[in-house]
Amino acid sequence: MPIREDVVVVGGGLAGSMAALSAAETDASVRLVSYKKSTLRFASGLIDVLGYPNGDGPVSNPYAALGSLPDDHPYSLVGEQAIRDGLALFDEVTGDRYRGGHTDANALVPTYGGTVKPTARYPEASAAGLASDDRPMLVVGLRSRTEFDARLVADHLSAAGVPFDVHGAELSFPREFRADAKITRYAKALDKDEEVRFGGRSVGTREALAETVKPRLKGAERVGFPSMLGDEHASEVREELESQLGAEVFEIPMGPPSLPGLRLEDALFSALDDAGVRISTGNPVVDYETDGDELQAVYVDRKRTRVPYHADEFVLATGGLVGKGIDSDRERVRESIFGCHVPHSSDRYDWFDEEAFGEHPFAKFGVVVDDRMRVLDADDAPQFSNLRAAGAVVGGADSTAEKSSSGVSLATGVVAGRGAAASI
Amino acid sequence: MTDSPHVLVVGGGSTGTGIARDLAMRGLGVTLVERGNLTHGTTGRMHGLLHSGGRYAVSDQPSAKECIEENRVLRDIAAHCVEMTGGLFVQKPDDPDDYFQEKLDGCRECGIPAEELTADEAREIEPYLAKDVERAIKVPDGAIDPFRLCVANAASAQEYGARIETHAEVVDVLVEGGEVVGVEVEHDSGPGKRVHRTPGSTEKIRADYVVNASGAWAGQIGEMAGVEVAVRPSKGVMTIMNTRQVDTVVNRCRPKGDADIIVPHETTVILGTTDEEVEDPDDYPEEQWEVDLMIDTLSELVPILKKARTIRSFWGVRPLYEPPGTGTVDPTDITRDFFLLDHEERDDLPGMTSIVGGKFTTYRMMAEKISDHVCAQFGITATCRTADEPLPGSEDFSVLRDYMDEFGLRSPIGRQSVQRLGSRADEVLKTGEPNPVVCDCEAVTRAEIQDGISQSGSDLNALRIRTRASMGNCQGGFCCHRMAAELSPEYDEPTAREALDELFQERWKGERHALWGEQLSQAMLNYALHATTMNLDGDPAAMDEALDFAAFDGGAGVGAGEGESGQSGATAADGGTRKHERGER
Repeated sequence: MPIREDVVVVGGGLAGSMAALSAAETDASVRLVSYKKSTLRFASGLIDVLGYPNGDGPVSNPYAALGSLPDDHPYSLVGEQAIRDGLALFDEVTGDRYRGGHTDANALVPTYGGTVKPTARYPEASAAGLASDDRPMLVVGLRSRTEFDARLVADHLSAAGVPFDVHGAELSFPREFRADAKITRYAKALDKDEEVRFGGRSVGTREALAETVKPRLKGAERVGFPSMLGDEHASEVREELESQLGAEVFEIPMGPPSLPGLRLEDALFSALDDAGVRISTGNPVVDYETDGDELQAVYVDRKRTRVPYHADEFVLATGGLVGKGIDSDRERVRESIFGCHVPHSSDRYDWFDEEAFGEHPFAKFGVVVDDRMRVLDADDAPQFSNLRAAGAVVGGADSTAEKSSSGVSLATGVVAGRGAAASI
Repeated sequence: MTDSPHVLVVGGGSTGTGIARDLAMRGLGVTLVERGNLTHGTTGRMHGLLHSGGRYAVSDQPSAKECIEENRVLRDIAAHCVEMTGGLFVQKPDDPDDYFQEKLDGCRECGIPAEELTADEAREIEPYLAKDVERAIKVPDGAIDPFRLCVANAASAQEYGARIETHAEVVDVLVEGGEVVGVEVEHDSGPGKRVHRTPGSTEKIRADYVVNASGAWAGQIGEMAGVEVAVRPSKGVMTIMNTRQVDTVVNRCRPKGDADIIVPHETTVILGTTDEEVEDPDDYPEEQWEVDLMIDTLSELVPILKKARTIRSFWGVRPLYEPPGTGTVDPTDITRDFFLLDHEERDDLPGMTSIVGGKFTTYRMMAEKISDHVCAQFGITATCRTADEPLPGSEDFSVLRDYMDEFGLRSPIGRQSVQRLGSRADEVLKTGEPNPVVCDCEAVTRAEIQDGISQSGSDLNALRIRTRASMGNCQGGFCCHRMAAELSPEYDEPTAREALDELFQERWKGERHALWGEQLSQAMLNYALHATTMNLDGDPAAMDEALDFAAFDGGAGVGAGEGESGQSGATAADGGTRKHERGER
């Protein structure tokens, strides 16, 4: 029996999840098809909406800056309400796992680069670390880890002029792992509170870690760790450390594998389950079928068998250059599945800037959409009558420099998902 | 200072460090100055081929003989810098038969072990060779790490009492009474190891003799002394692939041409090269067509290169020289021989000799001849020992013990570390501390990084060439910041930050030439990690204006701790002034 849904969403990251969830708000049957693990494992887990519009910033109110964005920016296309709708759906899905919804103002969250970053929603685990909070802070680093040095992070925060005293301490994790153990191994030890020898007796890893930190507190009322404080039992780990230390505990979002990103992925997938979205993962979409200008099906390659997924409406949320929704060779840039139009110079030496953090055209690579997120061809006509796009596969904005990538995913995801469901 | 003659060597490439070592070993006082890192000029920008001599076996037999001789010497004295990959000269249908035969005969005439292979035999060695390859000649080509080699030469020279000054640019050659008496240098930070953010200074270094071994820049040094050294800089591109598509050096067997060699190097292969004369060795175009030429032409030999991932490209400048009046038009026709220009004989300016031309593989032999010449100026007859005494790291490379167990390292990491360090492995790796990996792509551990920092100070680019950290697939995206973190606590935060910025920019510079496909995806990920996750592009610490922290979310107080700490919503209004107070530390 052929697989047939009302809506098929291709892509399992933040944008795809939001599109699927918002399509499922109606009675539509929705299927989410994703290939590899989503890029959330690379992401910080912070939900940025807009921090640096047009290179200025950081701005405290992202909404006040929307008007200054160019007309083809995804935010200009969908409008402020779509951003708010996206955040509302996100808040609903994540519940008390995330904070920041009490205000329109951006929060400044310490990064593992030692800077602070403007963001709209932050994991509960990072809440005690906000830079606009004036309580003294200790940043903890682990000698066996190389991602950062806590003393440098603390000094860098001071150099940014943060309104609190901060110092850093490099400590030994109370349990020894092989030299190149992954961060998830540390999280597991804390999750399970594995027994360790500490101070001549056998104690849980959590208590031993707290005891290691205690002599370095020196009046700090909050303590930041690299993001490693448990996975399944993260809030329990944090609470126990807080009660042992008599100080609040927070996590600094890290690079891959990012626990906050993985935790967010779990939260999204369980919300998709709850919403009745069918999920097919692990196989790539390799082809499609059309009837006139209407997309009939996408084909998934399952062990060399091409399986069609039919639908009335499709949402493309395959990501940008990192997620490989956008691909390139020496001659050109293209959208990976449908070959949709991606504006770019024919000279690849025009794709980048000379400076590492310059204005990179490649950062804006993506498909062109209208205000309903329908994908447009080179003549600004819909590529297919029933294909929408959401997230990083949509071009037109340097979300990296703006700190807007999550917000773009939320807003375009909601518009594409709702639009798809409404068109059935 | 000893009472032996004091020689100042300008240039920290293979020739300069080779001369410094040789002279220091003969008991002379030596100071070497280099305007950048060791290998900053041409040496750090070549494909790392250890010539068997096969390449010159038809066109230039004296050079071919020198190459095979030095090839054997370097295998011996620089074992930890050399990988004997072997090499193939491969014939395609349109490559002339008589040239193939000349090559084979030429190798034998020069004493280069050479063996003719059928197409099947060649493909047994290199399965990815093109289907239409007709036959091949097998020769003892190899790969050599020019960074490691120069660092080892400099280290050895230091052990013999030499002073090695990197980041010391010559700004003047001191001429008094018609004689060269030294140079004036500008230190990038201060004398000794480079420390970022420390102000520079100038220094006049007086010497009994000056050796100008600055390669493509020799003309500029000559000009400062008032003599003409007509170097003809010629650029060549090298394109780096992300894996070893071939494990032996693959040469195209035809008279000459661009894009005719593939050199396996550590975890990569390097495609080379072009040969184009340029005006200024510091300023020449790096062009797209050159990169495309490498991939398109060499994929005729190894077709999978067409689809493989390129991680960066770089350009080097050859210090070609030919005696005035020769008038060669095509730079590929200019001899690769080296020339010793004694400015006393040539220009009536005693006290200085310039070295130009030459080949990396024969650097030691060149250094020997130049050192002989310098010694002769002083009537010193000390003999050269550089062909016999191993470089630091290669003293006892015969016993490769099971370092994997010994250092608790996983096998590929242990193997790579030990190969890089050679006989220094014990000394460097036995720290008694946890030794996590800092650079995953190249398997570089903290112990190696710390050893590099002890040699090169806060200069992360100098650390990079010592260790290979940040030179793999991710081009530093996942490890630049880790390397910078290793500078703490010895160096302060502003120093570490500047060092990181500098390394990140340097990595970007070469990666720009590989931005399509997988590497463009990698570049976007690197950009996202550094700009989005770390926010290093929007860093408030780097901004002129103080940030109004009070305008941002101070927290909702939800879930804050009990009692007084529940005041987590309290925001500070004094963020504007703190920065300036702290900024003056």
